[in-house]
Parts: sequence; structure tokens; C-alpha cells
Amino acid sequence: MGKWAIALHGGAGLDPHLPLHRQEEAKNLLAHCLNLGISALRSNLSALDVVELVVRELETDPLFNSGRGAVLTEKGTVEMEASIMDGPKRRFGAVSGLSTVKNPVSLARLVMDKSPHSYLAFSGAEEFAQQQGVEMMEKEYFITQDNVGMLKQAKEAKAILFDYRIPTTGLDSCGAEAENENPMMMNGVPLSVYAAETVGCVVVDIEGRCAAATSTGGLINKMVGRIGDSPIIGSGTYACKLCAISCTGEGESILRGTLARDVAAVMEYKGLKLQEAVDFVIKERLDDGGKAGLIAVSNLGEVAFGFNTNGMFRATATQDGFMEIAVWE
Amino acid sequence: MGWAIAVHGGAGDIPLNLPPEIRQARETALKHCLDIAVTALQATHGHSPLDVVELVVRELENHPLFNAGLGSVLTTDGSVEMEACIMDGNTKKCGAVSGLKTVVNAISLARLVMEKTPHVYLAFEGAEAFAREQGVETLEPSHFITPANVARLKQAKEADRVQLDYTQPIKKEVEVETPDENGDSQLGTVGCVAVDGDGNLAAATSTGGLVNKMVGRVGDTPIIGAGTYANTYCAVSATGRGETIIRGTVARDVAALMEYKGLSLKEAAAYVVKNGGPEGTFGLIAVSATGEVAMPFNTAGMFRACATQNGSFEIAIH
Repeated sequence: MGKWAIALHGGAGLDPHLPLHRQEEAKNLLAHCLNLGISALRSNLSALDVVELVVRELETDPLFNSGRGAVLTEKGTVEMEASIMDGPKRRFGAVSGLSTVKNPVSLARLVMDKSPHSYLAFSGAEEFAQQQGVEMMEKEYFITQDNVGMLKQAKEAKAILFDYRIPTTGLDSCGAEAENENPMMMNGVPLSVYAAETVGCVVVDIEGRCAAATSTGGLINKMVGRIGDSPIIGSGTYACKLCAISCTGEGESILRGTLARDVAAVMEYKGLKLQEAVDFVIKERLDDGGKAGLIAVSNLGEVAFGFNTNGMFRATATQDGFMEIAVWE
Repeated sequence: MGWAIAVHGGAGDIPLNLPPEIRQARETALKHCLDIAVTALQATHGHSPLDVVELVVRELENHPLFNAGLGSVLTTDGSVEMEACIMDGNTKKCGAVSGLKTVVNAISLARLVMEKTPHVYLAFEGAEAFAREQGVETLEPSHFITPANVARLKQAKEADRVQLDYTQPIKKEVEVETPDENGDSQLGTVGCVAVDGDGNLAAATSTGGLVNKMVGRVGDTPIIGAGTYANTYCAVSATGRGETIIRGTVARDVAALMEYKGLSLKEAAAYVVKNGGPEGTFGLIAVSATGEVAMPFNTAGMFRACATQNGSFEIAIH
């Protein structure tokens, strides 16, 4: 028998001035979800069931940017996406462009289990949701007042510039100087407005099976139809026999870096250990200044995380009794 | 060293007794693509590999015999939903689109997503809206529907091939189709990879997807690291069973094996085709920065062609 381990995240790239009460709320929710996952593991649920259960809980709470509380597109609509992957056979399901499904991660699971395909998007995904009879909500359910305000701020900050890597002032100012003049940015959005909080969960159960799930509302003020890294197997989510990974951060950088697969690939092809693999990927695979964070577990019951963002909401626990809930480095 | 180019028109159970007129038409199209690409690469002010792969894939999209652009296969409700992806090796910049119904050249819209938006991937109505905003050529959805594909869909429906799990090979499938359709239904995704004499790499893939697919189904083609990938080591375009290619992160793994294990292009490509999924599921084309070409597949065949600066030239199916 192996040992279980679990990690979850609520997004990376946080406002350094995030009010303490909000940090506490987030930590409480993370603790609640971590405990839910631990209880499920102790009742011998499979890794796949546990990641779905935990991500559902994170989606249902309006605090994070997935399910209820998802951020808004430039048109003020919600377009949620999610994916789930089972390590042993590398089966997976993914969904994009959902606007009425209460728990996208569970629809991703149904795509995996009940459809002839693995990835359904937009109206086809909504149609499948109706067929399957999953819980659907009015659009208003997902749109929180907070997010309406955030979208307004993002638009005022002229977020989503054509090239979101170019600082808004003096190109020749660099490093610390630039940071003093400009607020910290993620994806072209000041961190005070950026809603980092994609959610994800990775689990290894006592039988050594790994699974991963990720769910998000995407990027605030995104173009309608934009797909990020969360539903993309190998980018936002990946699981195989060795490990399971869920990423969060600048979606486009994560896609270019095939971040989740590369954690597994350097373990498989370079023989790195889990934490070494995570560190390698954060350091080497986010070129062009890309910012992201990720959580990972291995089939040996190890847990690891890494990020180069300003903080990441995360919680980890192992069967040996290690437990951590943290926001900053 | 030197430039190299490879093109594919899909992998699958291509029957050995493929009717000569179909074989010839496809071979001619592939040959034509090589000619275009070679001319472009050799021009004094040569086109970048990124331009070349876009150019070639546009050509194949416009050809009704391939399952991309005009000639895309139909969804279960008889509509077309095209997808495509393009990636530049040096910058790892990429663009992808899914769920297109009116865009004549999906690959060029993917390139515009890469160059004109802060995003990598746009899909369905949002992608269509972006296409109109950019003023790319669009046509009525009916333009893309060929009689051959209407017949294919009908056959698929009659054979009740709404497969519950087509990750399992369905043996019946080959038998139920008429000879000239034989084993052709999942075929015809197109792709191109190119490298110039300076080692700049690019990859592009475009498809109509799977016959009788559910509306909204996304396959491997637009997925970075699955159907399409390029970096400074190599450029890769894969084709075959979408779900196998996605779970195997096929295109990225060819590059990862070169990067992390020091394999040559041919070794890496062969490894992925052998270990990345069951027999009979997919094939890929790849070029390396040094101008090597690999075109392995684990299916019965793959429509493929390649040319290199040192004079090798090949057009093959089985």
C-alpha cells in the first residue's frame, strides 16, 4: 500500500495588498476543501473521485474564480472551462465555454465517462450537459457583484493590451525601477484587479493512482471564445502513472510551456524527483517572463508546489501528517 | 543542415486497394504543396517557415479531398466545425481556433489569433466574431460541405457508428464502408512542418475533425503539444485518433525526448509513435533544426510527403 497525498490551489498571482480578511476567507475555504479531500481519501475514494469532489466544492463557493464567482468576459458574460484526468490510463475529459453548468469539472468527468469524445465546448457542451441532466443555473447565479466591479476596473485599466508584456510606461526602465512606477501586473491586468483564482486539485490515493482536475472562469476581460490552459491536457492539467499536476497563472504562457506535461516529462525522461521537476519547469519552461504556479503529487505519496508569481493560494497534506495552508512564499 | 519540409494528409486505415483516382489526386495535391513550399523556401528573400507552413496548409484546406477547410467532414447534425493551430519554433508563439463554420482558411485565422490578440486560442462564436473583425475571407457554411461528406455522414449514421468509445478500435468500421470510402472517414487532417537553412522551425495543422462527431467536439489538432508543436529543436504535426494524441501529448513529446533525453529527431519520433498510443491510432511528421525529417506512423498508412535541401524527396502512403 502506498501513501495518499493531496494538494489544491485557488490561483496564483495575488494582490500584495490583499486585505487580511480576504486572505483568511481564502485560507478557511482551502482548509475546508483540504479536509473534505482528506476525509474522502480516508474513506478510500479513488484519486479521480477526490479531485472531482474537491474541485466541485471550490467551484460552488463564490470566493474563487470558477463556477460561481467566475470572472467575466469583455462582454460581461461567463465562460467557464475545466478538465479532469485519471493517471493510470490517462483518460481525460474537458469542457470550455460553459455559461449555465453549476459544476464544470463534473461535466468534464461526464465527457470522459459518457461521451465518445474527450473535449466538448460551447453550445455543444451545454447541449451535452442538458442531455446528462447535470445541475444548471441561471446566468445570474454565476455573476457576482464583485466580478461586475472587477470587469469595470479591468476595462478602465485598459487591461488585455495587444502585447501584455510591454510595460505601460518607459520601455527603457526595467527591473525594480519599473516595478516602483507600475503596479504589479498579471496578463496585462494590475494585480489589484486580476482575479487569479483558478482552482485545481491533485491527489494520489493509497493505491498509488494519481489524478488531477482544474476549473476556471478564465481571464478577466477576456475575448469571448478565449480558451486558456485549464481545459488543455498537458498544459493546465495532466496526470499519468507517475504524477498529477494542476497549473494556474498566465494561461497563454502555460500553454506555450506545456507546463503540466513537462513536470511529468522531466521525471520520465530526465529522472528528476517531483519537487525537482516542479522547480525545473517553473524556472525553465516559463520563458518570456511568463508567470504561473502549480501543484503536483507523485505516485510515491509526495506533494510539491512551485510558483514565480506573487503568492499562490494553496493547501497540501500527506498521509504522514504534513499539512500546510499558505498564501505567500 | 539545410531546409526541409514535410506535409501530411492524414493517417489511418488506408486500404491497400485505394482507388487509383483518389490516390493520384491526393498524391498530386501533396506534390503541388511540396513545390510551393520548396519555391518559397528557396526564394532569394525566402519566406519564413511560419509563412511556408501557413501557405501549404491553406492550399490543402482549399482542396476538397482533404478533411480541412473545403471538404471538412460533418458533425452529427450535418454542420462543419473546423479547427486549426500554428506555432513558431523560436518564439513558441502559437495560435489556435476551433468551431469555425464560415472561415475559408482556418489556419490563417489561427495565425491572426497568434499575432493580433493577447490570447492563444479562440473558439466557436468568439472565433467567428474575431474572423469578421479581422476581415478574413468567409463563405456560407454550406460552401464547405461536399457531396462526399454528406454521403460519409449518412453511412456513418446508418452504420450507427456513434461509437461509445472509439478509443477502442472498431473493426466493423472498415467493413461497413464502401470501397472508395473505405477506412477513409477519420482521415484527411492536414499538416505541414518546415525548417529553413538557419534552423528556424514552424508547424501547422488543420482539420474538420471526425465524421459524425458531436457538435462542440474538440480534437487534438488545435491543442498545443498534442496535434501541433514547435520549438528550437523541432516542429511536429500529428494526425489520427484525437484522444490518443492528446493523452500522449504526442507533438510535445517528440520535442521533449530530444530536449530531455538527447534523442535524435528520428529516434524521438519513432519512440513516440511506438509508445505514445496503441497500434493503429496515429502518425506524425517532424523536422529538426538541422534539417532532418521523420514521418513515422502506427496506422496502416499516412498520406505524406517531404523534401530536403540535400535533394531527398518522397511522396508515400503506406
